[in-house]
Order: sequence, then C-alpha cells, then structure tokens
Amino acid sequence: MDAINNEVRNLRFDSYDTGEHLKNAAKQARARNYQDFLIVDVDSHHYESEHYKDVFSYIESPVLRRTALESFNRGGRSSFMGSEVGYQDIGGRITRHWLRKHEKTPADRHRDITTTLRWMNAMGVDYACLFPTPMLFLGTHPQPEIEAALAQAYNRWLCERILQEEKRIVSMLYLPFNDPEAAYRTVQEFGGKPGVVGFMVTAPRYKPVHDNAYMKTYRLIEEMGLPISFHAAYTWGDQALQLTNRFIGVHALGFMWFNMVHMTNWVVNGLPERFPKLKVMWIESGLTWAYSLMQRLDHSYMMRTSDCPSLKRKPSEYMQEMFFSSQPMEMPDDPSILEATFKMIKAETQLVWSSDYPHWDFDLPGVIYDLPFLNEQAKRNILGANAAKLFNLPLQPVKTIPEYD
Amino acid sequence: MAEIFVAKASDMQDGERRIVRTPKGEVGIFNYKGAFHAYANTCVHSGGPACEGVLVNKVLDIIAEDRTYQGQTFADEMHFVCPWHGYEYNIETGVCAGDPKLRLKKFETVVRSGDVYLVA
Ligand code: FES
Repeated sequence: MDAINNEVRNLRFDSYDTGEHLKNAAKQARARNYQDFLIVDVDSHHYESEHYKDVFSYIESPVLRRTALESFNRGGRSSFMGSEVGYQDIGGRITRHWLRKHEKTPADRHRDITTTLRWMNAMGVDYACLFPTPMLFLGTHPQPEIEAALAQAYNRWLCERILQEEKRIVSMLYLPFNDPEAAYRTVQEFGGKPGVVGFMVTAPRYKPVHDNAYMKTYRLIEEMGLPISFHAAYTWGDQALQLTNRFIGVHALGFMWFNMVHMTNWVVNGLPERFPKLKVMWIESGLTWAYSLMQRLDHSYMMRTSDCPSLKRKPSEYMQEMFFSSQPMEMPDDPSILEATFKMIKAETQLVWSSDYPHWDFDLPGVIYDLPFLNEQAKRNILGANAAKLFNLPLQPVKTIPEYD
Repeated sequence: MAEIFVAKASDMQDGERRIVRTPKGEVGIFNYKGAFHAYANTCVHSGGPACEGVLVNKVLDIIAEDRTYQGQTFADEMHFVCPWHGYEYNIETGVCAGDPKLRLKKFETVVRSGDVYLVA
C-alpha cells in the first residue's frame, strides 16, 4: 500500500479561491513555458454589478444618481439598469458563478484587482483587457440618457479604482453609442488616460454604425491611434432571436448576429475607406462568422458594386485588415477546417487571443498554443504580440505563474 | 500499481466524493448508490477539474406519442459536471454526455474491510 504523497481531500462548496479553481490551468501554463513570452487577453470580465453602489456614486446628474442608488438599495425589484433574461451558469453547473462570493481577498486592494490577477497568473496572462458584465446589455436600455450617465460613471470608476491602481489591467472603455454626442465626449474625456487602450461598443443595439452622427467619433479615435471594438452579446428582446427557445440558441446566434450586422454596415458603407487608419476589432463572436461573411459579401459585391461604391476592393480584403478576438473559438474535430478559417482572417497578424474569463465559455491560451498547424511565432503573435502592438504594450512578460505540484 | 487508502466506506455517504492526489495525477472517487467509481480529475475538454463539479441528473425532453414537446424532466442517469465549462459525465461510466466517443480515464477501486482504496 502506498500512503506517501497521496493527499485525499473532500470537496467544499462553501469556500472558493480563483487560483485553486484554475490550478490545472497553471499546470498547463508551466508545462507550455508561458512564462517565456507575452500573453495578452483582449477580452475578460468582472462583475461591476457587485460594485454598483460605488459606481452609481460617480453618476454626474444628482437626479439620476439618486434614482440609481435608490433602485440599488431596493434590490430584487425592477431596477434602474434593466436586466437580460439568461442563465449563463447552466443552472448552477458552472460553480464559480455562485462560489465566488466565498473568495477571500485582502482589504488593502480592490477585490476585482486581486481576483483578476489571480486568474491572470494562473492562465499565464501578462495583461488583460477588462470589460463589465451586465453593462454588455446596456445598449438595449430604452433611455439613451441612462446609458450615457452609466457609461460615464463606470468609466470614471474603472479608471480611478482599477486601471490607475494596476498596470496589468487595461480596458477599452464603454462608448454610450445610443447618444452619439456622449460617445464623442467619452473619447475626448478618456482617450490618453492610463490603462485606456481603446473604446468598445456593445453590439446588441439598434443604431447603425454608419450613421453620420458617429463620424467625428471614429475620426477622433483614429487620430488617437486607438482601436474601436464591437463586443458581441445577445438580447432575447430581439424579434428574430425571440424565435429561439433555448439559451444555447439565443447565445450562439446572438453573439454572431449583431456583429455580422455591424460588420456588414461598416464595410458596405465604405467606413474602412473613410477611416483607413482606424483599427477595428470584433470581440466574442468566435471566428466562423467572419469566414462566412467574407465569402457572402465578396460574392454579392461582384454583382452589386453599385450598392457600395465607396469600396475600392472586395469586402473580405477590408475585413482581413481588422482584428478578431478568438473566444469562443470553434473547435471542429477536423483541424483543417479551423486552419482554413485562420487563413481566411489572416490569423497570424489579425487574430488576438481572448479568454472571456470568468464567463461560462472561457478559453485558455491552450486553444491557440496547442494547435497543430501554427508555428511557435504564429502562436506567440496571436497570444500576445498582436495585441501588444494594438494596445501599445511592452513585449516583456511580467506575470508569475503559481506553482502547484 | 499501488492501493491508496481513500476513506472509510462509512464516511462517504451516497453522492459524496474524494479527490486523491496520486503519482498519476488527481483522481476523483464517487460513492454513487453504494458503488465506488473513480475517474481522472482532468476534463477531456480543456483539462479542468472534471470531478469537482455538481452532480445533476441527465435532462430529458418529454416527447409525447404524437411527437409534441411536453416539457422536460430529469432521467435516472446521474452526471457529474466539470465546473469550468459544463461538460457532463455519466457517473457510472465516465462517458461524456455530449460525445460518447469521449470518456474520462477510469481507475479501479477496492473496498476491503470497510475501507475504500484506489488502485493507481
Ligand atoms: S475543461 Fe471541463 S468543461 Fe471545459
């Protein structure tokens, strides 16, 4: 009988530590020598809703501030923010969603900095671009005034409480897109602030990206040399998506749908010609949508060039100059199918890895690192170097991957 | 091969489990209806701690004789769920619910004199 080195433990559902939860990820990170090169996560999240009281206190309008705080204090009933139907935790099967409340963090740092650094280190991530969670649905709020107020409050809170305090956490700030003037003011106010590496539009919304009202905002972001990104999400309020009756349906389609619409409008209206230096990134739609849309638009374009006279090249050629975040990366059984997708989007220079942690369908760096058809340089580009260029980050790794035996 | 003491059988109630660190990696041992089942604690998906999630019965659509949908229910088949992303495994076989070609590595268990051992 061998009793040496065999630790037996019971499972606990009353305590939680992000590092422990991800200790297999840390083992993978060490086995693959991630400490030797830069890894940047272009899309990760925190739950800003856990800090609403603090965030709401940054709302400029005294009336909206009071309304928000009162709504927060009531809890449970209909709220200021609105909410989205959904059960991302698969009915409690994703345990971190409900266990995380037990996680202990030191009092002298913001809790979200501590927990973010814990998962970053475990996965081998040097820099992470942090986004909110419930606010991903704010673009469907019926009151543009509230989207604008919340965006400003959240952005100020994030800059002051998180980005200023921890250099490894950066963000593309929320643009209150339903109010084009507020979006413009957001870029004016925050462009150049420490840790602000671009601006982000949440995709579920009903204002078209080619509206003239946005042109000055795009121009300003282009002049600043920053990327604009479109972060996918779903809304079950959308009439077409209401045809789906399961979360898997609304999620799989919704996360592609809005970005497909925005991309189509972006290209056929000639925005790449109007803003040739503007870096455009598409987040959390996976990759197959781009593979498909490039072919669809090219095919129609050859017959209908008169529909998009601003274009000087095929739609796919513009799309191949944009950036795509990888998660949730489709994993066909036959890797040659994925390889074709990588080729189509010019992955070696245009693909940027993302985890989406801590959401239910997060990816580890291994989804890229373990691919059989990429060479080491391509892997390192996708995992970090491409994003470092985009966000102007140093190439030197700064993480410490925890050791588990 | 070595036999590793896991627990007294009487200390592991139905539905309880232990995670054992062995030279071959971590192994999860479940007591399910009095039988002990052991699987590698490494998920076939992304290497998550497959044995550390919740137990939940397989979900079934209720389809009537006339092929209409009549809601959902739980089947008798018990699953344990990888907590990272939700891959489900049959607790009695280790076969993955989403693709029966995939299964967790199974380990033998022995109960002797009221003690549960893992063979690893
Ligand atoms: S690692 Fe187990 S479900 Fe993904």
